[in-house]
Amino acid sequence: MAYSEKVIEHYENPRNVGSMDQEDESVGTGLVGAPACGDVMRLQIRVNDAGVIEDAKFKTFGCGSAIASSSLATEWIKGKTIDEAATIQNSQIAEELSLPPVKIHCSVLAEDAIKSAIEDFKKKRAAKQALANP
Amino acid sequence: MTLKFPIYMDNHATTPVDPRVLSAMLPYFTETFGNAASRTHAYGWSAEAAVDDSRDTIAQLIGAESGKEIVFTSGATESDNLAIKGVAEYYKAKGNHIITTTIEHKAVLDSCKRLEKDGFTVTYVNVGPDGLVNPKDIEAAITDKTILVSVMLANNEVGTIQPIAEIGKITRARGIIFHTDAVQGLGKTPFDVRAMNVDLASLTAHKIYGPKGVGALYVRRSKPRVRLSAQMDGGGHERGNRSGTLNVPGIVGFAKACKILIEEGVAEAQKIRALRDRLHKKITDELDAVVLNGSAEHRLPGNLNISFSFVEGEGLMMAIKDVAVSSGSACTSASLEPSYVLRSMGLEEDMAHSSIRFGLGRFNTEEEVDYVAELVVAKVKRLRDMSPLYEMHKAGIDLKSIQWAAH
Repeated sequence: MAYSEKVIEHYENPRNVGSMDQEDESVGTGLVGAPACGDVMRLQIRVNDAGVIEDAKFKTFGCGSAIASSSLATEWIKGKTIDEAATIQNSQIAEELSLPPVKIHCSVLAEDAIKSAIEDFKKKRAAKQALANP
Repeated sequence: MTLKFPIYMDNHATTPVDPRVLSAMLPYFTETFGNAASRTHAYGWSAEAAVDDSRDTIAQLIGAESGKEIVFTSGATESDNLAIKGVAEYYKAKGNHIITTTIEHKAVLDSCKRLEKDGFTVTYVNVGPDGLVNPKDIEAAITDKTILVSVMLANNEVGTIQPIAEIGKITRARGIIFHTDAVQGLGKTPFDVRAMNVDLASLTAHKIYGPKGVGALYVRRSKPRVRLSAQMDGGGHERGNRSGTLNVPGIVGFAKACKILIEEGVAEAQKIRALRDRLHKKITDELDAVVLNGSAEHRLPGNLNISFSFVEGEGLMMAIKDVAVSSGSACTSASLEPSYVLRSMGLEEDMAHSSIRFGLGRFNTEEEVDYVAELVVAKVKRLRDMSPLYEMHKAGIDLKSIQWAAH
């Protein structure tokens, strides 16, 4: 299969590969996909008090398109508020990377990973607030 | 010697034509170009003589009694179709049951599926985790309606060499026709149609350094004589088994490729096995969690099918694009299903996704093997550094304990 130049570029120079402390209360973690399906993405965000994503990291088990989709996702969400980041659509990722139809699921997974990380962070924040204001 | 990129290690898919084969073929395009069916002039006679010599050479490689038992086709897909559909049609009054295995080539499986639509019953015998068929399972599947058993000589993905002689004993004792798709094993592992009681064997030239577009079906002529219903109508070539003008240059090339294997096959297998083992050792010396798929013992010399846990096969192939290999990963197929062969062996789907097939051949060198081993090790390490699964594995998390959401 021929990959687009952007997929190859992200695959060869992936942005923001790494891990954050999952227990840290300012960190949200999204783990989506399944090994049996050939794709697993873990996307993590560090969110400040203003609700802005200060940093993002990913690790992905998957094909080149899956790695490129997660790399692009981390690049796009950095500096955005969590509400802004939650509006990112898989179609935007697919378009940016020129993904062929059989690879659209990679962009869907990246969108899911962003949403899942935000949800995890919101859950933590809600739990923290519940503790502070019982 | 400088390396030529990409390094070709996909010799199960096809092989380059050996220069000796090409030289043998060339005169048959321009000088001895006659139609082997032309009986009225020397052009036809010399083409026919070349074809008949070729039959004898091919027959010799597989231990057949006579060159008359070789029916030329366009390749193994056609040979498989002719064998299975041809036997089914000819012997349908005798029975309607066929036995094959779950790891056959699609040309066999899809021919069987077609026959199922026409009222035949097919038993697909499964293989063990080592990728080998148990002859007892074949025997147990036989009914009084069984007319044909089809089991491949060697598997194209995992290179496992099937117990053809044992199965041949069973089918011969029960009077059932035995077909084998011998494409991958031809000239690479001992194969003798008489010693193994094989009645029909599909062969192709392009996996043995011959040209594409030419193959053959061995059809036993005595003890027992096997009959086929032709699947193509026309001039009645090949004793009525397969109409169509013979591809004389292709046939001459096919025979030359067989001749080389008759003379050099045993030594070549040893050389290729040593290269394969070197590649395997260099990889496993440097990487943990690498699993060999299929029996190590009953295996084609050039086949190395391994799963790199926690790394996805297509992602890895992209990283080693300097090497031409293939993967059992879903992502390499249009169907998005991982290899049916690996799944038949009971491999977990994630391991099927992580598999790479290296197919070494005549023209690979030690230098290439060393380069590929080094490249694979470096890239697997890089991808594992990017893999959440490897991080979890290293942290002692059992990946099976996690509730993954299938998508």
